[in-house]
Amino acid sequence: MTVAAASSSTDRGLAVHFQSISRLYGATRALDELELAIEPGELVALLGPSGCGKTTALRILAGLDTATSGTVLVGGRDITRVPANKRDMGMVFQAYSLFPHLTVADNVAFGLRLRGSSSTARRARAREMLELVGLGQQGSRYANELSGGQQQRVALARALAVEPTVLLLDEPLSALDAKVRVQLRDEIRRIQLEVGTTTLFVTHDQEEALAVADRVGVMNAGRLEQIAPPAELYERPASPFVAEFVGLHNKVSAVVSSGVATVLGASVPAIQGSITSGSGVAMVRPESVSVAPSETGAASVVSVGFLGPISRVHVVTDAGDTLMAQLPSSLAVGLAPQDRVEVTIAPTPVLVVAG
Amino acid sequence: MIGGRRRFAAAAPALGLVPFLAFIGVFLVVPTLTVVATSFQGEDGGFTLANIRALGSEAALTALWHSLILAGSTALIGAVLGAILAWLVVSAGPTSVLRRLTLAVSGVLAQFGGVTLAFAFIATLGFSGVLTEALRSWPGVDIFGSGWLFGLPGLIVVYCYFQIPLMVLVFVPALDGLRVQWREAAVNLGASTWQYWRHVALPLLTPAFLGSMLLLFANAFAAYATAAVLVSQGNPITPLFIRAALTSEILLGQANLGFALALEMIVVVAVVMGLYALLLRRTSRWMT
Amino acid sequence: MSGAARLGRGAALALFALYFALPLLSMLDFSTRAKGDAVGRTGQAWANLFQDEDLRAAIITSLLLALFTAVAMVVLLVPTMIWVRLRVPKASRLIEFLCLLPLTIPALVIVVGIANVYSWVTYLLGDSGLTLTFAYVVLVLPYAYRSIDTALSAVDVGTLAEAARSLGAGWVRVIVSVILPNIAQGVLGAAFVSVALVLGEYVFASLLHFDTLPVEIALLGKSDAKTAVAASLASLIFASVLLIGLSFLHRHRRSPS
Repeated sequence: MTVAAASSSTDRGLAVHFQSISRLYGATRALDELELAIEPGELVALLGPSGCGKTTALRILAGLDTATSGTVLVGGRDITRVPANKRDMGMVFQAYSLFPHLTVADNVAFGLRLRGSSSTARRARAREMLELVGLGQQGSRYANELSGGQQQRVALARALAVEPTVLLLDEPLSALDAKVRVQLRDEIRRIQLEVGTTTLFVTHDQEEALAVADRVGVMNAGRLEQIAPPAELYERPASPFVAEFVGLHNKVSAVVSSGVATVLGASVPAIQGSITSGSGVAMVRPESVSVAPSETGAASVVSVGFLGPISRVHVVTDAGDTLMAQLPSSLAVGLAPQDRVEVTIAPTPVLVVAG
Repeated sequence: MIGGRRRFAAAAPALGLVPFLAFIGVFLVVPTLTVVATSFQGEDGGFTLANIRALGSEAALTALWHSLILAGSTALIGAVLGAILAWLVVSAGPTSVLRRLTLAVSGVLAQFGGVTLAFAFIATLGFSGVLTEALRSWPGVDIFGSGWLFGLPGLIVVYCYFQIPLMVLVFVPALDGLRVQWREAAVNLGASTWQYWRHVALPLLTPAFLGSMLLLFANAFAAYATAAVLVSQGNPITPLFIRAALTSEILLGQANLGFALALEMIVVVAVVMGLYALLLRRTSRWMT
Repeated sequence: MSGAARLGRGAALALFALYFALPLLSMLDFSTRAKGDAVGRTGQAWANLFQDEDLRAAIITSLLLALFTAVAMVVLLVPTMIWVRLRVPKASRLIEFLCLLPLTIPALVIVVGIANVYSWVTYLLGDSGLTLTFAYVVLVLPYAYRSIDTALSAVDVGTLAEAARSLGAGWVRVIVSVILPNIAQGVLGAAFVSVALVLGEYVFASLLHFDTLPVEIALLGKSDAKTAVAASLASLIFASVLLIGLSFLHRHRRSPS
């Protein structure tokens, strides 16, 4: 195994760099010349539907799968041929990865034991990591005595115990209950920031990805469609797929000319990637749609869904467009099906696609 | 009384189990209790410990000792070789032809006890057996000797024939229970193949291995038919001693010695199966 | 996998294959040898399966016994197990214990203690070998139980029954028309295993002095080894066809293992 120097000057201290990684299974392209660069200390989320290649990319980085072509660099070093057990990475699996015959503390100390740490050093480090994930008192228990959320915390502690170069999380929350999921993802982010490890987080839950990541990469059919900070991804999707996958949206007919889209009478800037002129379909976020009761309004309410702090109001315009508006519940009070309302589109930039 | 009627109504569904329970009672429980009771019964019908004491006689103890050796050795050989074969099969992949074929054949051979097995080996290693004749004519080796096939050494060789497939059947599920995530997690944490086996796979498989070995032991200890066919003279092992006692070939003055020997067998098998149950619990806690 | 590892695997598998194939092939060879020192093959030993009267009678007895045992097992066990699941769930542990008990009590032990019971049976039903059915049902219980239990676990018996009952079906209807079809595979498997077991059973038959196939084969062994070997091989092939057919049944309907 030769240690190749940084393959290009642009690598300049990149923590992880996927260079043109392809993975073929027979004729199927699981990954299609993937290019992905991760900065040191960054948490990048890979988001996408099943089969988009996000887990394949992660496993190739971990060494549990081999790329058909392309190179993977970590810290400027080519690790494409390095065996999985020599890559110095920590991985958290979706489920079932704790060793059932070892206590929680022994699980956490496992990597250290393999490296020949003394038993006192191991015990201290295990205790330290368990405190970090909030399970300081659970060291002598066994995996099957813990809840799903607790097991994943232990898995995280175990992965971090060896001070890995990169932390890999393969849908760590997908097998957990909704409430635990929300709690734990904030925990994971907090811990990652505290420890500062470069992290790759794979998930199919867009809310999760937006909540924890520095940057989110949306994947589709083996390719990276867009990688950007969460807000940018949400407000300026680069393609219809990204716009559809991230957040909810309404599809409303619109006409574009010179960078301005006319949607339901309102003039709204069209973001980059939209069609440049003619008629198309604008992707309008529900929170950009507001409704107000009005006798002379050009739409009527179909249904009102109360979600606690916000409500979602489905309306249909006289012209036949169906829209969903999201507003603070205080403003939706009193709205009922059949009510006449006035629909207003906020001037937030929208993506207009051909349609 | 209302309470009584309600209680009857609540218990009524249980009546549906009566046929089954009655059947088991008559054909399983009664014989077993008969064995236990009659062990303590003297010729006159009264209570006596003479039969039990006769278990300590040299003949009975030798037979027991040989039975234990037979069961123990074939359990060990069967367990080790069976585990190896099981591993070869499992590592070929969950849908491989090898796996399906081996499991189907093992299913047949594990049941392949008794008379058929005895004659298979007579046909192979008997005086005019195929292998015996082949070795006699070419290298000139007389493998038949003085008829070792029809004594304890022969039984050991023959029993392995069904012990190995039985081990495959019982141990493959344990190997299947090794989750792939454990291997990947170990590798990710830096384990080499050897380290994975030493720290993860072997500790996890040991209870299942020992449990399976105990199962093989009980299986061999209780086996009768093959030995009955191969051994026509003498009582080298306990089951054959029982045969002799039942067919009154030997007159020891203890009429119910056969029952006491049967009781002895119950005790041995019960102890072994009890240990097996304990190990099974350990395995299922880890592997499900 | 490295070349050396592949070679090692292949060699190991070949050795196992040889070990298991040899006795089987030997049986075939042995049973078709020409008489005395003559060269060549003869099917005389196999023809005896049909021609020898005692052997033929024993074969018929064993086949009938297998059939009776399988039927009796189904009639006794299937309704009981379904009943337990539907109406007496608390008894499931007891039933399981009783069904697995024959694994712990050696058949030899049961035979020793069953003499009294069987003297009653033969008194009431005559001394045909078919009375062994009762004892054989006990012997096949563990295997049959496991097969049926797996099938029952794969189907949500309670929900099916409730649905059928809410549509007006009586209990018998529920068992016969609703549940049975769904566990047919498990029941069939239990029947197959029972047949295979009965065809090879020797302890009971020989010590209770009934003339079944294994007993007859053992007897023949002393006088006509070749026919004995032929009969052994025939019964083995028959049982294998059954059991391998069983594993193909499993392949068509994958059940959780």
